[in-house]
Amino acid sequence: MIDRLFSLDGTLELLAEPFVQNALIACAVLGLVAGLLTPLVVSRGMAFAVHGTAELAFTGGAAALLVGLEVGLGSVVGAVVAATVFGVLGLRRRERDSVIGVLLAFGLGLGVLFLALYEGRSANRFGLLTGSIVAVDGTNLQVLGVVAVLVLLALLVVYRPLLFASTDPDVALARGVPVRSLSLVFAVLIGLVTALAVPIVGAILVLAVMIVPGAAANRVTADPVRATIVAVVIAEVSLVGGTILSLAPGLPVSAYVATIGFVAYLLCRLVARLRGRSVARA
Amino acid sequence: MTTTATAPALSLHAAGLRFGDRTLWSGLDLAVAPGEFVAVLGPNGSGKTTLMRVLLGLLPLSEGEVRIAGAAPRRGSPEIGYVPQQQQLDPDLPLRGRDLVGLGLDGHRFGPGWARAGARRERRDRVDRALAAVGGTRYADAPVGRLSGGEQQRLRVAQALVGDPALLLCDEPLLSLDLSHQRTVTRLIDERRRSAGTAVLFVTHEINPVLPLVDRVLYLVDGRFRIGPTEQVMTSEVLSELYRTEVDVLRVRDRLVVVGAEDAEVHPEHGGIPV
Repeated sequence: MIDRLFSLDGTLELLAEPFVQNALIACAVLGLVAGLLTPLVVSRGMAFAVHGTAELAFTGGAAALLVGLEVGLGSVVGAVVAATVFGVLGLRRRERDSVIGVLLAFGLGLGVLFLALYEGRSANRFGLLTGSIVAVDGTNLQVLGVVAVLVLLALLVVYRPLLFASTDPDVALARGVPVRSLSLVFAVLIGLVTALAVPIVGAILVLAVMIVPGAAANRVTADPVRATIVAVVIAEVSLVGGTILSLAPGLPVSAYVATIGFVAYLLCRLVARLRGRSVARA
Repeated sequence: MTTTATAPALSLHAAGLRFGDRTLWSGLDLAVAPGEFVAVLGPNGSGKTTLMRVLLGLLPLSEGEVRIAGAAPRRGSPEIGYVPQQQQLDPDLPLRGRDLVGLGLDGHRFGPGWARAGARRERRDRVDRALAAVGGTRYADAPVGRLSGGEQQRLRVAQALVGDPALLLCDEPLLSLDLSHQRTVTRLIDERRRSAGTAVLFVTHEINPVLPLVDRVLYLVDGRFRIGPTEQVMTSEVLSELYRTEVDVLRVRDRLVVVGAEDAEVHPEHGGIPV
């Protein structure tokens, strides 16, 4: 059993396969954009919103599968619509959380229904929920690349006021930062990246790339730039490392991605704790 | 002397603000000179916060005119520094003291943050100077959420002053601070207005911590207001007239005690800047 989980037999051969290389490129791109967003997601307390967005990306993907459209397109639409709704709901977290819960439940219900009605290959069904590297082909890569460039450009323009609005909303508002519009922009960025993550890590494990790296990074540094770099590194290691480890055993990528992220989080907590102790001694 | 040196940091002329058929205040005339300290007092719901929003350029006047350093208020104006009340911050918020101060300088600007090395160094120097001026250098690299309320408010003063504003707007900055931290924060603000001629508009429900600094008081109650030196406004007669009830102002050593003007009589209003 353990042998099967941590096997590298044939990993090298598999790495030469084009579909594996596609998956690795996709993971690297996803790790970059997700890593850039995660510290802000955590600062804004939007973990549940991201989860809700991912589940509604699943609903969109399932609907697309049922009617015979591109699954990726369906999940992008589902995620962006969901994220926009959550963004419009605005800043009051308690109210937002209950609405997300309501929409999430309904969306998941619909998604399950769509999958039950779908009569194609069952691997397609399961893939949406748990992810699959086989899902990544050339078209996906192009979409991924375009979206990643869009997200990077948007961040280049809005990053500073977005950081201000995310960490210090009252003063940001007083200084004339359009806090509300930025929360909408950020929601759309989350929607796009989430939709890209769904086919690879699956709807139920999007949190592994959209929350965990930021939560871990925020533990070890309060410097926003460093936190972002640490988050990108953790996201890359989880995604690329997880993909490579999953090759030989032929098990879902998401399990490995989530595990690496979790270990990174524990390590970051440990580092923070040891450091806190040494500060206390000094 | 040039005209800019004599121009008021803030001027309101026949200013009024109305929501529907409810008038918050009208006919407000006020000119605040550089270096002047004006305390804004009054019960909750009297329009203190709304006045702040007007000056910050977040809300237009219903009537009259407002000028800040000679220009109409606008969002993100470099002429204004803003000190909010102390807030509960998440201890894990990824933001250091120096980031908080730096955001006060250019956090409202869109576009990439990098610039040529010279500009970056200059930015860092300005932030360092602002931190040093409030005695915050020691904890400049600590996460803001882990600092004490007093330390946070010092950083807030640095954040508001780093852009060298003509007018400092303080919205209950002493709330929930202990006495010694209240003294430190008021001292910092006082030093600044004396050394740099920054005018101060200080919204507070409690005048005593700033009493020695106050040049004039703007007292707002339910649409009525009075502007003048402390000893002319903070009297039993004036406050009784404003509140339309029996109010007594007693001087106990160097403190003023106002009896009979409880907040509960007027409409409650939420604190902070409503979104």
